[in-house]
Amino acid sequence: MTEPLRKTPLADWHVEHGGRMVDFAGWSMPVQYTSIVEEHNATRGAVGMFDISHMGRLRFDGPDAGEYLDSLVTRRVADAAPGRIRYGLVTNNNGGVRDDVLVYHLQDAGGGSYWMMVVNAGNREKILGWIDEHPMPSSVTMSDLTTDWAMIAIQGPKALRLLQPVVEADLANMKYYTGCETKIAGHGGIVSRTGYTGEDGCELIVGANMATRIWEALLAEGVNFGARAAGLGARDTLRLEAGMPLYGHELNEEITPLQAGLSFAVTKGKTNHPGAEKIFASADDASLPVLIGLQLEGKRVPREGYKVTTGGGEVGGVTSGTFSPTLQRPLAMAYVNRANGEPGTTVSVDVRGSELPAEVVKLPFYQRAK
Amino acid sequence: MNPQELLYAETHEWVAVADAEGGKVATVGISDFAVESLTDLVYIQFSKSAGDAVAAGDTFGEVESVKAVSDLYCPVSGEVVAVHDKLADKLETLSDDPFGEGWMVKLKITDESALAKLMDYDAYKKMCAEQ
Repeated sequence: MTEPLRKTPLADWHVEHGGRMVDFAGWSMPVQYTSIVEEHNATRGAVGMFDISHMGRLRFDGPDAGEYLDSLVTRRVADAAPGRIRYGLVTNNNGGVRDDVLVYHLQDAGGGSYWMMVVNAGNREKILGWIDEHPMPSSVTMSDLTTDWAMIAIQGPKALRLLQPVVEADLANMKYYTGCETKIAGHGGIVSRTGYTGEDGCELIVGANMATRIWEALLAEGVNFGARAAGLGARDTLRLEAGMPLYGHELNEEITPLQAGLSFAVTKGKTNHPGAEKIFASADDASLPVLIGLQLEGKRVPREGYKVTTGGGEVGGVTSGTFSPTLQRPLAMAYVNRANGEPGTTVSVDVRGSELPAEVVKLPFYQRAK
Repeated sequence: MNPQELLYAETHEWVAVADAEGGKVATVGISDFAVESLTDLVYIQFSKSAGDAVAAGDTFGEVESVKAVSDLYCPVSGEVVAVHDKLADKLETLSDDPFGEGWMVKLKITDESALAKLMDYDAYKKMCAEQ
């Protein structure tokens, strides 16, 4: 028997507003409302609003919570001051990626602090199992906030203009990758300067029962300057242009963070997490493929699973591809042999039987003007 | 074309059959439902040209959207008598008029048996509602 799909607090709103609902990691989520391109362009040019409540939110309390999370992820997080957020990888004993996560250290109203880890929807059960295999010290408690809280991403050059009137925290003075508890539309929540689109913006965590009211209020105000609700389709094209990996595509249990170009998220010399030695060894292992960007001419799109070739044969495979709405050309991410991975190299992609030339380029494809 | 008078394939092509060229000619396109499902079209390419013999089920081209690529299938067997190459330069025609100016190929039917496997409008609408 198939399990019924899980619904976010905004699921009914999505259906009532034309959201084309799909099964994403067991959740019923909107892939688009009207058009991926329109939602993508709204995010690049004004504001896109995304329901990301399906992502797992795990809270950790206790004096050793930071050290405990530190022992699971590739990035040093134990030394993060309250208010800091860090992107890191949870890795298996071979250094393969179990998930890519955000670790928050948050100050509470009483002057203390607690931690939160935001995990991919499709990996939540797996990470909960991993936590069982790596028991927490008795001083640490964990609570799964995924269903009690909703999460909304507000992304784009006008995101702060839209949000600031309803958020008590001073958003313009918050640095990227910081977050805090604050009042959102008069109710307690969390705001962070984070995102997955390559644009400026924030992510909100609000009570599940408040989600629709806040969403509708923001959208009603935002339409005056071009804000739109945006689905997972636009989220995918935006993150791809921004060169950000997506778990299950660029990241999996067989690939180390360094192969994926995520050295910034692996603290040098940190060895208290699973697979640390294997991760560091992968840096110099020429036999391991590396993640690259590919840009093509024309309009035919390299898709996941298409082969990357040279005159000498197959050298790798595409993990994500799209026709870029911003750059108006086909783009892809792919894993290839190191010898073929230098920017400027020309390779071919087998697009449904046609060998199309593709240039290896540095990621990201798109970077916003700052 | 009036969509209610057309025949439909499970793969969302529509077919209009008319007497012409001393036999029966099928005009083929894709339905409004297919166009709306694809959305954000970026590209169409035809793999057949006038004069080619095709069998029901053969691909005659592909249509690419931001999200995915889809094959286009011949609903009947026949000889290609026309290909709407100009669609590639005005893809919006597919959204504006999928049952008229959005036609893709015309086939002179050599074997009518495949026509019997196509759906009428009501059956096709029912299939779409279930997708």
